[in-house]
Amino acid sequence: MTPPTPSAAAPLEVTEESAEKSITSPSPKANESRSPGQLAWRRFKRDRTGVISAGIVIFFFVIAIAAPLIAKLYGKDPYTTYGQDIPGLLNDFAYPVKPNGGISSEFWFGIEPQLGRDVFTFLLYGIRTSLLLATAATVLTTLLGVVIGVTAGYLGGKTDYLIGRVIDILLSFPSTLFFIAFMPVVYNLFVPFDEDVPVWLRATCLILALTAFGWASIARLLRGQVLGLREREFVEAAKVTGASPARIIFKELLPNLWTPILIQSTLMLPAYVTAEAGLAFLGVGIIDPTPDWGVMIQRGAQFYSDDITFMIFPGVSMILFVLAFNLLGDSVRDALDPKSKR
Amino acid sequence: MSNTNPLLDVTGLTKHFPVKGGFPIRRTVGAVQAVDGLDFQVNEGEALGLVGESGCGKSTTGRLITRLLEPTGGKISYRGQDITHAGRKELAPVRSEIQMIFQDPYASLNPRQTVGKIISGPMEINDINPEGGREKRVRELLEIVGLNPEHYNRFPHEFSGGQRQRIGVARALALEPKLIVADEPVSALDVSIQAQVVNLLQKVQQELGIAFVFIAHDLAVVRHFSQRVAVMYLGKIVEIADRDDLYGNPRHPYTKALLSAVPEATVDETPARERIRLQGDVPSPLNPPSGCRFRTRCWKATEKCATEAPPLVQVEGNKPGHLTACHYPETEGTIPAPRLSKDPQAAA
Repeated sequence: MTPPTPSAAAPLEVTEESAEKSITSPSPKANESRSPGQLAWRRFKRDRTGVISAGIVIFFFVIAIAAPLIAKLYGKDPYTTYGQDIPGLLNDFAYPVKPNGGISSEFWFGIEPQLGRDVFTFLLYGIRTSLLLATAATVLTTLLGVVIGVTAGYLGGKTDYLIGRVIDILLSFPSTLFFIAFMPVVYNLFVPFDEDVPVWLRATCLILALTAFGWASIARLLRGQVLGLREREFVEAAKVTGASPARIIFKELLPNLWTPILIQSTLMLPAYVTAEAGLAFLGVGIIDPTPDWGVMIQRGAQFYSDDITFMIFPGVSMILFVLAFNLLGDSVRDALDPKSKR
Repeated sequence: MSNTNPLLDVTGLTKHFPVKGGFPIRRTVGAVQAVDGLDFQVNEGEALGLVGESGCGKSTTGRLITRLLEPTGGKISYRGQDITHAGRKELAPVRSEIQMIFQDPYASLNPRQTVGKIISGPMEINDINPEGGREKRVRELLEIVGLNPEHYNRFPHEFSGGQRQRIGVARALALEPKLIVADEPVSALDVSIQAQVVNLLQKVQQELGIAFVFIAHDLAVVRHFSQRVAVMYLGKIVEIADRDDLYGNPRHPYTKALLSAVPEATVDETPARERIRLQGDVPSPLNPPSGCRFRTRCWKATEKCATEAPPLVQVEGNKPGHLTACHYPETEGTIPAPRLSKDPQAAA
C-alpha cells in the first residue's frame, strides 16, 4: 500500500458535506431506507402469481373462519339429513332426484347421496376442520422445529450429534404406515376399545402425530442455517460486547432465520392439508359425521360412478387451495430470497 | 520501552485445536498448534502490530485476547486482572474495555439490523445510558467515523465495504474501550479505501488514546500504523521491536526475508535490494519442526537449531525492547528496508 496522500482524506469531507446537505434538504426522501422486509414486500407485490394465490388462500381462510356465519345466513347446517327428512329430494336408490347432484336454488352445491346432507355447508365446515388441523399442526411443527434446530445448531457437539441421529431416524421412518397401523392404538390408550373416540381427541392425536413426524425436516434445515450463521463475525462481535446466548439467539440469529422458517411453513401447510385428508380417507383421521375435506372425498369415492358432482366440489376446491398455497410459498420464497430464483 | 504497568500482559499464551478422527469412536488424534507460547505486552495508548503470513496464528491470537476462544495454556492479564479463563459474567466489566474490529465488513454486521441498532447494541447489552440518550451517542459516533448521522436508520446492505468497516469501528468505539483488537481490518477492502480506514483508525488511536493490537499481513500498513511490531511464524513470535528498529534492523532471518519480499515502488539510483527467496512451504502446524520452527526454511540452520528452540531475548547488538528468537541473528544493514514516506502529517 502506498503512503496515504492528501486525496485519501477527500471522501471524508464529501460525506461531511452530504451530511450537511441532507440535514438542510427539506425532503426526507434522501434518507428513506428500506428494511430487507420492506424490500421483500415490494418484490412480492410485483409478483402477480403470488398476489392472486394469496387472494385465493385468504379467501379459503375467510370462509373457513366465517363458516358458522355463512351457514346461518344460508339457513342450513352440515349435520341435518335434509334428503331423508324432506321427501322428494332423494329417489328410491337414495340418489338426488334433480340433475347434477341435486343442485338447486335451495341446495347450492347439491345434496349428498344416501344421507342427504347439504353439500355446501358440509364443504364449508369440512374446510374449517381441515384448515384448523393443518394450521395447528403447522404452528406446532414450526415451533418445535425452530427450537430443536436452533438448539442443535447453536450448542453443537454431543447435543447436535444426538438430535441429528433422532432426525435421521424420523426422516427414514414410513410415517404414513405408522399412522395407519398405530393411530387406532393411540386412540385406545385414551378411550376403551368399545367406546366412541371423541372428536377433540381424534383432532389432538392427529395434530400431535403430524407434528411428531414433521418437525425433523425444518429442524435439520435450521440447524444447518444456524451452523452457518454461528461462525459469522457479527455473532462474534456480539459476543465480544458481552451478549448472552439468549440475546445472540433471539436478537442476532433468529431475525436471519425468518426467511427459511416462513418458506418452510408456507410449504408445510398445504402438505398437512393433503396428509390430513389422506388419513381421513383411509379412516384413521377424522371420521364421519364430522365434516372434513378428506371425509367428503372418502364419501364421494363411494358414489362417484353414479354421482360425480358430490366428488367434484371437495376435490376441485382442495386442488385449488393446495395449488394456490404452494404457488404462494414459491412467491414468498422468491420475494424473501431473490438470489434463489431458478 | 518501560513495562512498568502494561495494559495487556500475555505470557506463554497457547492454543491447540484438537483434531478428531477415528471410527466408530471419535477421539483426539492430534492438535493444530495454532498459537504456541506467546509473550508480549501492550501498553496504554500503544499500537502493537502483529504480522506474519497466513496460518501463522495472528487471528487466533486476536480471538484469544478478546476471549472468543478459550486458551489452552498461558496467561492473559488485563490491568493486572487475570482473564485467561474468566466466564461471561466475570468478563463483563472487562468486555467493554477490550473491543474488536473484524476482517470482513460484509460478515461482521447483522444484515437484519439497522446501523443505529448495530451501534447501540453494545450499549444496550452493557446497560450504558449516555447523556442525551443512546441515539444521540450513536449519531456522535457516526460522525466520529466519518459517516452521515442521518444514516442511523439504514441497513448494512445500503453501504459500501469501506463504509461498513467504519460502522464496525463505530460499534467498537461505542463502549469507549481502552484496547481494540483489529483483526486485519483493511485486508478485505480496496487499496484506495484501505488508506482511508487506516487513517481513521490512526485518528481514533491518537485522539482517543486507545491501545491497538493491529493484526495484518501487509507490512506497509503495519509500519504506518504501529509503534511496535511483532513478527509471527508458525504460532510463535520470532521478533518483536519498535517499529523503526524492526524495519531498519531486522535480526531474525524470517523478518529479513519478509521485509525483502515487499515490492519496491520507487525507481531510483539505489541498487535493487537483494530478494531473499525462502524455499519450500510453511510446515504443518499439526506437526511443527523441532527446535526453531523456522529452521526448515532457514539458510543458516545448523544442528543446534534442530535441537534447541531459541528463546525470545534481546540478542547482542539490539536496542532495549528489541527481542529476537534466533541462535544466529542477522547483522545490521545488509538489506535496506522498503522505502516509505514517514511523514506523519500526510497521515492525519
